[in-house]
Amino acid sequence: MSQFLYLYRMTDTARQDAMGTPERAQQNMQRWMAWMNDLDKKGHLKDRGQPLERTGKVIRGQQKTVTDGPFTEAKDLVGGFTLVEARDIEQAVELSRGCPILDGGGSVEVRPVMKMDM
Amino acid sequence: MELSEHLFRRESGRIVAALVRIFGVHNLALAEDVAQDAFCRALEVWKVRGIPDNPAAWLMSVAKHRALDVVRREHTARTFAPELSRVLESEWTLAPAVEDAFAGSTIRDEQLRMMFSCCDPRLSEEVQVALVLNILCGFAASEIASAFLTSRAAVEKRISRGKKSLASSQRLFDLADAEFEPRLSAVRRALYLLFNEGYHGASAEAAVRSDLCEEAIRLTMLLFESPQTAVPETHALAALMHLHAAKLPARLDSEGDLNPLLEQDRSQWDIHLVQQGLALLDRSAAGSVVSAFHIEAAIAAVHATARSVEDTDWGAIVGLYDRLMAIAPSPVVALNRAIAIGQRDGPRAGLEALTAIAADRLRSYPFYPAAIGEFELRRGNLESAREHFSAAVRLARNDAERRFLEKRVRQVDVGQRNIESTASVAGSRDGRN
Repeated sequence: MSQFLYLYRMTDTARQDAMGTPERAQQNMQRWMAWMNDLDKKGHLKDRGQPLERTGKVIRGQQKTVTDGPFTEAKDLVGGFTLVEARDIEQAVELSRGCPILDGGGSVEVRPVMKMDM
Repeated sequence: MELSEHLFRRESGRIVAALVRIFGVHNLALAEDVAQDAFCRALEVWKVRGIPDNPAAWLMSVAKHRALDVVRREHTARTFAPELSRVLESEWTLAPAVEDAFAGSTIRDEQLRMMFSCCDPRLSEEVQVALVLNILCGFAASEIASAFLTSRAAVEKRISRGKKSLASSQRLFDLADAEFEPRLSAVRRALYLLFNEGYHGASAEAAVRSDLCEEAIRLTMLLFESPQTAVPETHALAALMHLHAAKLPARLDSEGDLNPLLEQDRSQWDIHLVQQGLALLDRSAAGSVVSAFHIEAAIAAVHATARSVEDTDWGAIVGLYDRLMAIAPSPVVALNRAIAIGQRDGPRAGLEALTAIAADRLRSYPFYPAAIGEFELRRGNLESAREHFSAAVRLARNDAERRFLEKRVRQVDVGQRNIESTASVAGSRDGRN
C-alpha cells in the first residue's frame, strides 16, 4: 500500500454556493461525512487531515517578503487535506471520485507521498 | 454521531435571534453574515473531523466568539443594540452580555420579538410569511419560492422589502407595547397562513408540505413560552394545526396525489398529534372568547375522533359551521357548511345548500363545482357530475389540484361505462350516505 495526499481545492464562489442555504450546507456536509466514513470503513483513511483557513501569509524569495492573504489572485485555494492509503495512484484517483467537492465545482489533487526505498 | 434533520436551518433562526439581541435589529444583515460564517466553519471542520457531541452548542460557541470579535473591532464605527449600548462598551460587561444573549430563555424571547416584528401590519401578509420563514426558520429565498411556486426574484423582493422595514426600526417589537393585542392576532394569522401553505399549498412535494406545517407548529408552540402570548386563542390555533397535521400522512397517496378527507385511510392518521390537538383544544376553552380558531379546531376534532365518514357527527359539524358563519363568514366556510349539510341530509339537500350560496368569489374556486359534481355523482346524475368536475379541472390552480380533479372525471367515465354494461355504481355510491 502507498500513501497519497488529497488536496481539496475550491474557488470562493463555489464554497459560498455549497453554503448557500443552511439546508444545503447540511446536506453537503452529510455527503462529505458519508464519503469519509466509506473511505475509513474500507481501510483507506490514513489521516482525516484538517481544514485550512482561507487567509494566511506568504513568505517569498531571498528578501523573505511577507504578503497577506486572502489570496485574491488564486482561483482555487487549498481548503484542506486528507491522507489516504491505496494500492496505486489509479486506485487513489478512483477513490477520490466520490468526493462531494467535485459536485460543487471544486477539485481534488491527488499527490503520491514520496517513497524512500532503502 | 448523526446530525438531526434540519439542524442547520433550525439553529440559524436561533443564532440570528441571539446576534440581533447584541447587534441590534438595524444590523440584521451583519447578524446574518456572522451566523453564516459560523455555519461555514462548522461545515469545514465537521466534514473532515466528524460531528462533535453537541453540534448546536458548538455552533453557538463559534457565533459567540465571532460576536465578541465584531463588537471589539467595530464598536467605534458602529452602533449596536441601543438596549445594550452601555454594557457592550466595557470589557467587564461585554462577555457576560454576549453570554446572556445566547442563553436559551433570551433566545426564545428574542425569537418571539422577532416574530412580532416580522408581522408588522404595514407589510403585506406574503411579506410577513416570507420574513418569518427566512429569518426564524432559516429558509432561503429559493426554498421559499419552490414551496410557494413563485419565482425566486419575487420572494427575494419580498424579503428585502421586509428587511428594509425591519432594519429601519430602532428595536424589535416590545411585548409590553400598547399595540400588543392586534399584533398578536397578526402573528397568529401569519402562522396559520404558513400552516395552510403547507397543508393546502401548491407544492407537489410531500416533504416540502410537511416542513412548512412543522415550522408553523414549532413557531406557534414558541408562543407558549410567554404567558402573554399563551392565551386561549393561541391554544385554539395550536389545536387546529395539530388536528390537521395528524391527517397529513393520509392526505397524499403513494403517487403524491391529493386524497380527500372522505376517502382517507384513517388508520394512517397520527394518533399522537390527534391527542395533542385534543389536549390543546381543552386548554383553549379557558376564556370567554370563542374565536374562529376555536370553532375550526372543534370541527377538526369532530373529524379526528370519528372512526369513519359514516361515524362522523355531521349534525355537530353543521352546527359549528353555522357558528363560524356568524363570527367569520366567508364563501369557503359557506361551501364547507353546504357540504356538511349534504353529508347529514343527503346529496339533494347538499345541492340545494350549494346553489343557495351566492358568492362571486366561488366562481373561480375549483372546489365549488367539484362539490356540486360530487353530490350529482351520488344522485346518479353522471352527466351533470362530469360537467361540473370538468369545470373544476379548468379552474385548478396547480398540478396537484388538476390531477385530483381529472381523476374524478375519469371515475365518472368508468361509472358511466359500468352502467351501460351491468350494475349501477351510482346506486352503491348513494347508499353510502
